[in-house]
Amino acid sequence: MPYNLTVNGKNYAVDVDGDIPLLWVLRDTIGLTGTKFGCGIAMCGACTVHVDGQAVRSCVTPVVDAAAKQITTIEAIGDTPEGKRVQQAWLDIDVVQCGYCQSGQIMSAAALLAANPKPSDDDIDAVMAGNICRCGTYPRIRAAIKLAAQG
Amino acid sequence: MTKRTLTLSLVAALAAAGLVAALAPITGYAETSGGGALKAVSEFSSIADAKERSKAIFAEASRVLTHPRCINCHPATRSPTQGEDMHPHVPLMIAADSSMGPAGLACSSCHGAENRGIVGSRLKSIPGNAHWQLAPESMAWQGLTVGEICRQVKDTERNGNRSHADLVKHMGEDHLVGWAWHPGEGRSAPPGSQPELAALIAAWVHTGAECPD
Repeated sequence: MPYNLTVNGKNYAVDVDGDIPLLWVLRDTIGLTGTKFGCGIAMCGACTVHVDGQAVRSCVTPVVDAAAKQITTIEAIGDTPEGKRVQQAWLDIDVVQCGYCQSGQIMSAAALLAANPKPSDDDIDAVMAGNICRCGTYPRIRAAIKLAAQG
Repeated sequence: MTKRTLTLSLVAALAAAGLVAALAPITGYAETSGGGALKAVSEFSSIADAKERSKAIFAEASRVLTHPRCINCHPATRSPTQGEDMHPHVPLMIAADSSMGPAGLACSSCHGAENRGIVGSRLKSIPGNAHWQLAPESMAWQGLTVGEICRQVKDTERNGNRSHADLVKHMGEDHLVGWAWHPGEGRSAPPGSQPELAALIAAWVHTGAECPD
């Protein structure tokens, strides 16, 4: 099936099955490999992207559900005010260890701040619980979100 | 010659056993498997006392209400459980004020309008429905007895101000309630069907909506 996807403000005409996960189309068809495959069953958060501003797990989102919507990936999240602040805070605090989960972490953090500009610790934990970091950088992730929230 | 025939038979028998073993999990994962039947309303007519009949009918309907497909999202806390064993939801989810998850990690981050098949995992599918959300706090059922669930269900202070007629309609027609009988691969369905549940609830209402003790 042909679909016109809007990814990071650009139009991509793709010809794929409607039930193929958005993640595969982003990575394999379009070639945006910043979004990572982690578990494939929406339990780790590595594949998080935004669809119409909402954080979604692209590994379980059929591409048909994202067609005709605005898709934002890690490659362009820095163009949003929250994404830019989150990325800067990530650098300032040096959050990353191995880095594999971090594109998903940043996408969830940006979605959190867009919806809730001054999150409490509980607010941060509730949203970031969906993103696993095997290096255990959670304390730095939370500190960076707080720093980003300061503007 | 005899020995060879025997050997071939043994190979065939082992192959057949292997085939059965290979197929068994597939049938086990079939949608709407294993729920069994719900008793029909007519099966309660032998209970002469209307009050006792009403209680018995609700007890039968409660086999649906307490099934994991239903009660996983009527948790005692504001976090759902999941699976046949009702373990805490992975990842940890909280209902938040909306009952649809906190802003940034909504239920719809993973759950779509339909069940979503998963390939290559023990998890066969991610369940989904357009109205996917946790039941309100007042409708927490986990940890309650069937009688306590019954009294909650008909208490307009705790049931979303639903009349008895509203309850029959809700159980019989609500799309999210109906999802329980179409839970997607890898999940069992509750007994009976949505129309059969509605018939039981209607009969329960008709007999005075009495609650088990």
